[in-house]
Amino acid sequence: MNHAATPLGMLDTAAIRADFPILNQQINGHPLVYLDNGATTQKPAQVIEALEHFYKVDYSNVHRGIHTLSQRATERFENARQTVRHFIGADSEKEIIFTRGTTESINLVAHSWGDKNLHAHDEILVSEMEHHSNIVPWQILAQKKQARVVPIPIDDDGALNMAAFHQRLSAKTRIVAITELSNALGTLPPLDEIILAAHKVGAVVLVDGAQSVAHKAVNVAELDCDFYAFSGHKVYGPSGIGILYAKQTLLEHMPPYQSGGDMISEVSFTGTTYNALPYKFEAGTPNIVGADGLAIALNYLSNIGLNNIAQHEANLLSYATDKALEIPGLHIVGSAKYKAGILSFVIDGVHATDLGTLLNQQGVAIRVGHHCAMPVMQRFNLVSTARISLGIYNTIEDIDICFTSINKALEILA
Amino acid sequence: MNPVAQAQQDTVEEFQLFDDWMVRYEHIIDLGKALPNFPVEWRTEVNRIRGCQSQVWFQIEMQDSGRMDIQGISDAAIVSGLIALLLRVYSGQKPNDILDAGPEFISDIGFDEHLSPTRSNGLHSMLKVIYEQAALNLGSS
Repeated sequence: MNHAATPLGMLDTAAIRADFPILNQQINGHPLVYLDNGATTQKPAQVIEALEHFYKVDYSNVHRGIHTLSQRATERFENARQTVRHFIGADSEKEIIFTRGTTESINLVAHSWGDKNLHAHDEILVSEMEHHSNIVPWQILAQKKQARVVPIPIDDDGALNMAAFHQRLSAKTRIVAITELSNALGTLPPLDEIILAAHKVGAVVLVDGAQSVAHKAVNVAELDCDFYAFSGHKVYGPSGIGILYAKQTLLEHMPPYQSGGDMISEVSFTGTTYNALPYKFEAGTPNIVGADGLAIALNYLSNIGLNNIAQHEANLLSYATDKALEIPGLHIVGSAKYKAGILSFVIDGVHATDLGTLLNQQGVAIRVGHHCAMPVMQRFNLVSTARISLGIYNTIEDIDICFTSINKALEILA
Repeated sequence: MNPVAQAQQDTVEEFQLFDDWMVRYEHIIDLGKALPNFPVEWRTEVNRIRGCQSQVWFQIEMQDSGRMDIQGISDAAIVSGLIALLLRVYSGQKPNDILDAGPEFISDIGFDEHLSPTRSNGLHSMLKVIYEQAALNLGSS
């Protein structure tokens, strides 16, 4: 089905919503308005049915069977890898590693690449707007290697402080770990500039695409990032499946992360040789069905068109931002020039959990809290924010209901 | 009748008067606004209740009369209201009456269904502390 109508950015949301069975329900007597897509996205029937079909018709283990089912499962699994490769614009399927999610992808790089390439007194540049998954693995690595994690600060408007980035980037920098889209602020850091500068000093760049990949087109080859991580569940696919993209030249020189079946070529007690890429990094039976479901989700988005999605969500964000600014005492947290899909805010005298509870009572699902990005909260002297995060099925009506519900909540809290 | 059980039953009946949950929340929030002053010196790490997304403190003291005096505060409005509700039921009661009554009235009001999705309001953590303190002070009543 083609959900993209012209002009650019006018998605046929009625047709899209019809694909998402979960949206068609009442919460506390109100139609569900789902605005927590930053935490996770809902799944279209196409993905749900593909998972069911796989288990009902084609399921077996991959890469090892002589029988038909194993061949079918292997074919679906490897086709999924090709779909991911095309979706993110990688040069080769050898550069696409299936993981459990963004967190495991980052941990894989920290352990495997980090163990080999990081030494005492080296530096890891990490932005202050990262979520914990892109901070803690680097802290643990730095501790082990007596290296240093150097933060890149955030400006008052939520943009990355690029002057500080250039100042802190040096010949000591081995890797820059940076989000493509901040989950707490909505900021889109200037990746082109960051990657170019990092490469000039000989550092590699890991881009955390967990938040961004469902909201804008990505091309890792054009971007020239060295690593790119994302999760299936934030891109309308299943949970428990994720991707690590890495340049082949880097992967070839990286030691295995986990070990076991599938990642080996030959095993004996005198020595073991490892399998070719990407299998060297995929120990054990992978999330076969999850990989297929992820590919179906990516195809679903490709059919709508990532540029259409970006425009649709930009329209909604702009509308929501205007609505938010009408509320007395509301302060938007994160108003960088380049941002997408996320509206984080606080309201004077209102605790975010009260707002979240009263919105839930009216059928509106948002996130409140620190968004697993405590350094961002510390930067802005906040404990928590309320966050509206947009997806392909959201509409102007959703935003209207959300703000009507916010006003109702504020009446009660006054 | 056990005075704790009586207070619980009164509370359940009080909430049955409202059929709309938004109105119930309004009532809860109003109760919270009327909470007595909670001195800053009571806001210690020892008194802080964990398991809440908002900050919650309880100050529990056994009185010579063998009754538990409970004071509490939160920085969030709904949680403050829940505290007010718990104080109404449990503060000034004897530990054995508290233990005999049990905390089931919470689900009778419907809080389980309406508040448990967030699990952040800390209602269960607060109840746990009250019941633990009651058990601890059982001998002194």
